[in-house]
Amino acid sequence: MPEEIDITKHEFVPRHIKLTEEQTEEVLKKFNISKKQLPRVLKEDPALSKLDVKKGDVVKITRKSPTTGESEFYRVVI
Amino acid sequence: MYSNYIDKKIKKVVFGILSPKLIKKMAATKIVTAELYDKEGYPVDGGLMDLALGVIDPGLRCKTCNGKLKECSGHFGYVELARPIVHIKYTKIILILLNSICRECGRLLVMEQEILDKGLKGSLLLKHLKAVKKCPHCEAKQFAVKLEKPYTFLEDDKRLTPIDMISRFEKIPDRDIELLGMNPNYARPEWMVLTVLPVPPVTTRPSITLETGERSEDDLTHKLGDIVRINQRLFENINAGAPEIIIEDLWDLLQYHITTYFDNEVPQIPPARHRSGQPLKTLTERIKSKEGRFRHNLAGKRVNFAARTVISPDPKIEFNEVGVPYVVATELTIPEKVTEWNIEWLKKFIENGPENYPGANYIITIDGKKKKITEDSKKQILEELKPGYVIERHLMDGDICVFNRQPSLHRMSIMCHKIKVMPGRSFRLNPAVCTPYNADFDGDEMNLHVPQNEEARAEAEILMQVQSHIITPKNGLNVIGSLHDAITGNYLLTKDLNFKREDAVQILYNIGVSDFSGLKKGKTVTGKDVFSAILPNDFDFVGSTKTNEDVIVKNGKLIQGFIDKATIGEDNGTLLRAIYKQYGEDVGLDLLGKVFKLGIQVLLRTGFTTSIADTDLPDSLINKIKERIEEAEKEIDNFVKDYENGSLKVMPGMTVEQTLENMILQILNNLRDKIGESVYETVSEKNSTVLMARSGAMGNFLNLAQMAALVGQQALRGSRINIGYNSRTLSVFPKGSLSADSRGFIRRGYRSGLKPYEYFFHAMTGRDSLMDTALRTPKSGYLYRRLANALQDIRVEYDGTVRDSNKRIVQFVYGDDGVDVSKSEGGLINVKRIVKEVMSNV
Repeated sequence: MPEEIDITKHEFVPRHIKLTEEQTEEVLKKFNISKKQLPRVLKEDPALSKLDVKKGDVVKITRKSPTTGESEFYRVVI
Repeated sequence: MYSNYIDKKIKKVVFGILSPKLIKKMAATKIVTAELYDKEGYPVDGGLMDLALGVIDPGLRCKTCNGKLKECSGHFGYVELARPIVHIKYTKIILILLNSICRECGRLLVMEQEILDKGLKGSLLLKHLKAVKKCPHCEAKQFAVKLEKPYTFLEDDKRLTPIDMISRFEKIPDRDIELLGMNPNYARPEWMVLTVLPVPPVTTRPSITLETGERSEDDLTHKLGDIVRINQRLFENINAGAPEIIIEDLWDLLQYHITTYFDNEVPQIPPARHRSGQPLKTLTERIKSKEGRFRHNLAGKRVNFAARTVISPDPKIEFNEVGVPYVVATELTIPEKVTEWNIEWLKKFIENGPENYPGANYIITIDGKKKKITEDSKKQILEELKPGYVIERHLMDGDICVFNRQPSLHRMSIMCHKIKVMPGRSFRLNPAVCTPYNADFDGDEMNLHVPQNEEARAEAEILMQVQSHIITPKNGLNVIGSLHDAITGNYLLTKDLNFKREDAVQILYNIGVSDFSGLKKGKTVTGKDVFSAILPNDFDFVGSTKTNEDVIVKNGKLIQGFIDKATIGEDNGTLLRAIYKQYGEDVGLDLLGKVFKLGIQVLLRTGFTTSIADTDLPDSLINKIKERIEEAEKEIDNFVKDYENGSLKVMPGMTVEQTLENMILQILNNLRDKIGESVYETVSEKNSTVLMARSGAMGNFLNLAQMAALVGQQALRGSRINIGYNSRTLSVFPKGSLSADSRGFIRRGYRSGLKPYEYFFHAMTGRDSLMDTALRTPKSGYLYRRLANALQDIRVEYDGTVRDSNKRIVQFVYGDDGVDVSKSEGGLINVKRIVKEVMSNV
């Protein structure tokens, strides 16, 4: 068996953080949307493998951006 | 018009199968005879043209709704079929159903619990059902049903008649139909077998009266006639107790006719034909494919008040004008309402009639009657003309139109121009607006549309005029700018030209400037002064040339630098954009037009040409080039020798051959660049080719080097040419040769001419790139179309988020930085320039 690789440590995999209830509320309020209108991410997504997420959680993704250096993105777990 | 209140709203749409009951309910009459008209030519009752099915003749009234032609949209009829018939479009589903239900009890061949337990869904469920050998409900043995194309069903090699199918389907309980994913209220399986055939209204199959007075029926009517005829015969035979074989034959024939009525292109059955042998166009063919209802009539529509012809250039007209030939101008019209103030003016149009420009083609009276203006009717029309009438007059200079070239890929593909009527047969447009339309003049055609009311004209004028689209939303740069000669002219002018004052005035007058207060006083003026004369008096600008030299305009005077592609060209016309931003689109376009004309005018006066003399090189340089080439060849030979005796140092990640190729390519490219440089150094400043390259009008220094000195290495698919004969490219070279010459290095320039083998290599790469573009254009075009279609509903909302039509978020901040690209420069905010601008104002 080859050595198991933690892909979340790879530089191409942006940082995923699970949001708390309050933070989620804040995001939803900021964009005036319901969870349904957020972009989605599969619960089985490998990037979430190290996170303890369940359906309906919102994750914050911080990625590199060619225009702003770093950008924030939110996805709801399905 | 306003009485059309919406009192009913569509809440939902349900797709289903027509049940026999529904068919009868929606039918206005029963069709019993294939006869169409009686001896008097009057539609027969119970025939296919029954008056209860709607009216297609003027004067008659519909028997069902009493509506006249165009009031009544028609009504369905029906035919009671003597025997049930399989609907050809449902054969696949019928087959699945037959294999899914019990032949005895009609139940689904699986227990509901099992579906839940095993999570059977879709094709998985069907696969499971097909394999069942014994009914779990009644224990009856099951046989596999096969479909013998196109419409014969076999169960255990015995034929299954439509009657059998209906009796089986009728037994299926509603719940089992739901398990199969169908809604029993709207689509019962037995409805897929026809017992009653709906007859479409006559308005869907109108007959045409030929000039001879003969009637020619629609294809559908013909087909329905066949169906009704055979159906009647089948009825008679059944009632008379005819032998089974005859009945079967007729039944089969009826099946054939009904099948071709739905689809005349079913494989394995001969298409039904006219007597002339041409196949009938039945229901499916009406809808399907490019000529069908969707792509031909719904997705693609034709409009009136439009013209299309070849385009040609005319640099003398304004950017927002379009030259329209007289033949088009006298055909297209604009409705002009007669008032007591313009009646005298409009009378002149009527006097001119449709033939003489500017005339008029039609008038519309107050009660909406349209009258053609002819030599005979002219007098009478002039007499009755009064306020309230509408005159459709010819197009005139300054009228608004919408001009378009396909493919309309971005919003600049359709722009509003002002009409300028001129002789000739082609649309004329200013060459500077070719870029937004992506047009050239090798036979391109363009479309012109004339808005017919004030609202449309206002909309076009406010939103679509050329000046509103100089800056593209793609990257915020200008798509329209000076090009070719106009750039060269301005470059020469602002670089080092001097004029006598009267000549300068003459030039300015020729480009449409009549106010010379902006021109510097004095006996002689410089080119910069002439250019400054067209700039607004309070204009300040700081920019740079193509070569990064400063360009400074202060108080409308060009005080430093010169004008080239970087200040007035397409995409990077910084000066143009500054004017545009400061003075608005109208001034911007006007100035661009003047700059354009000024450039051409300057070249007209000073004279400008490019000639073979541009490629003259001193003998010393020619010899030097020869030496350089020989040196490079020696170097290559050394590498080849190294390669042959295996002492070549291999580069990492490459084979020996690749290394060698790489080395040789490097040497040759180096050589070309070096020679290009020395050509550049020797050639005079006044050289026209150089001037064009310097100003950015056309060409570059490499082009000059290729003409004067050497063309250089020809690359085919990324490497030196290496195809042709066995181990060599052409038979003039020794086998295995790796020399520069044998692999497509062209050591001569276009001026001295190429050797035959060089010419051949050149043609090879030329053809390759030609093929490449010919193949790539349609591919990338389709790719773009798909992308644009997929993204068409996505937009930036007022809160800066990017959302789709369901208001779902696609991006939280547009482009991550929220920059409005159409207001940026190439997607960037040029802070440096803004600072420079602000500082210079202090």
